[in-house]
Amino acid sequence: MTTQSPTPVFEARKLVKRYGSVTALDGCDFELLPGEIMAVIGDNGAGKSTLIKALAGALIPDEGEIYLDGKQVHFHNPIDARQQGIETVYQDLAVAPAMEIAENLFLGRELRHENFAGKILQLLNKPRMVNESIGHMKDLKFNIRSMKQAVETLSGGQRQGVAVARSAAFAKHVVIMDEPTAALGVKEGNMVLDLIRRVRDKGLPVILISHNMPHVFEVSDRIHIQRLGKRAAVVRTKDITMSDAVAVMTGAKTLEGQAAS
Amino acid sequence: MTGPNWSLILQQVMVVGVLAIGQTLVILTGGVDLSLGTVMALGTIVMTKFAIDNNIPAPLAVLAGIVVTALFGFLNGSLITRLKLPPFIVTLGTFNIAFALTQIYSHAQTVSGLPDFMTAWGNTFKISGTAFTYGTVLMLVLFAVAWYILKQTPRGRHVYAIGNNKEAARLVGIPTDRMLLVLYTIAGVLYGIAGWLLVARTGVGDPNAGQTENLETITAVVLGGTSLFGGRGSVVGTLLGAIIVGVFRNGLTLTGVPSIYQVLITGILVILAVATDQLSRRKR
Repeated sequence: MTTQSPTPVFEARKLVKRYGSVTALDGCDFELLPGEIMAVIGDNGAGKSTLIKALAGALIPDEGEIYLDGKQVHFHNPIDARQQGIETVYQDLAVAPAMEIAENLFLGRELRHENFAGKILQLLNKPRMVNESIGHMKDLKFNIRSMKQAVETLSGGQRQGVAVARSAAFAKHVVIMDEPTAALGVKEGNMVLDLIRRVRDKGLPVILISHNMPHVFEVSDRIHIQRLGKRAAVVRTKDITMSDAVAVMTGAKTLEGQAAS
Repeated sequence: MTGPNWSLILQQVMVVGVLAIGQTLVILTGGVDLSLGTVMALGTIVMTKFAIDNNIPAPLAVLAGIVVTALFGFLNGSLITRLKLPPFIVTLGTFNIAFALTQIYSHAQTVSGLPDFMTAWGNTFKISGTAFTYGTVLMLVLFAVAWYILKQTPRGRHVYAIGNNKEAARLVGIPTDRMLLVLYTIAGVLYGIAGWLLVARTGVGDPNAGQTENLETITAVVLGGTSLFGGRGSVVGTLLGAIIVGVFRNGLTLTGVPSIYQVLITGILVILAVATDQLSRRKR
């Protein structure tokens, strides 16, 4: 008996990645459904980062396939993945602190004027970039005084917000977030969780890597538990307890009904 | 300050100014170029000897000189991006290599008797009684072009991003290594142009020129507000910095201070400028 389920937006089948004698991914599966926040948890060495890097285009797996919207894709580098609509918010944020918020939002994708000055002389359309930045921030209900502030004048949570806003503004299919609430206090961490929910509400599914179990349980729809290079379990967040999730992560417990990878 | 003084200051600033544009570009990316003065001198010797010894038409000789300085810029950029060597060390090496090549090629002798084409930038025109050289106009035009590209175009903003957070620039798709290579090469072209202006001002090809310009340009860049750590600053600041140094030196010369004291003062100025930059960074 199989139940009808929607086509995954993003899917990986039997990914393998070896580093010399170490097998980081050992036939790992992954699946992301439309409109969901999928948390990826796993102990150090479980292959979590390797899986995410393969999905983000930062490494090429030795074996296995990746599908985006049902079609097979090959990412040769992170820019490849970005061009196909996958945005990643890295742990160190990848922002230029001395530059303004609007500049950071459009970094690498700057807008130019439509006229001769823009096309031939490459004149930047700064007012339009500022206006669109304001729009993107409003979309996420993220309040910042001015788009012309330098990113380094912002708090840690606000900087994270800028990185999240950037990915949400340009992602077409998936947003991947690597430890977005790490190093943030309670209030700022909650603010970022709110932003993540609004990204999902915009229609973009989110892959969230996190060590913070309370945050994982607060914001995710499903949880992918990574262990020993494979997917040990994938469950709906409300179908599992935090202690059971940790137990599966460490191998103290296995869940029934999980398809063998 | 009288008209003739300003004219003199701008003439002296003319060469250092153009060199300093290249230095600004390099420093904005978090690097430094110690080789610019002797690379410029090599360019002037190539230009002048090609014209005088080999009877090559002056325009081609000048072009050859600029090609040589551009190649040195390309060399700097290649060593820095391909072999991942620190800019300080690489350009210290090419500083010495360029100096040696210049001395060897010129047999340590000045080249004179230059054709008019080569010294044309030194010709003057008058605005309300004060004489300005065409070379000064070229310097100002180059500063304006550099300002526009750095502040008003995407690639210019990418230069700042590379200096501020190179990994971030790479992750958003900016071709950082390729841009650095192009930037060092462009700097090389600027050093060649500066050499042409030097030849125009002095009327000779001097193999001993260019030995202190690395520190002078760094002084101008830092005085002008550009951070040695990269990612912050402007060429407009550099122009002001170069003029400040020029005014200082002019003032010292006018009061009869021997030129060796100008070297002393320049050294002190560099330290003051870097210290101010550091202190303002700590406040941030």
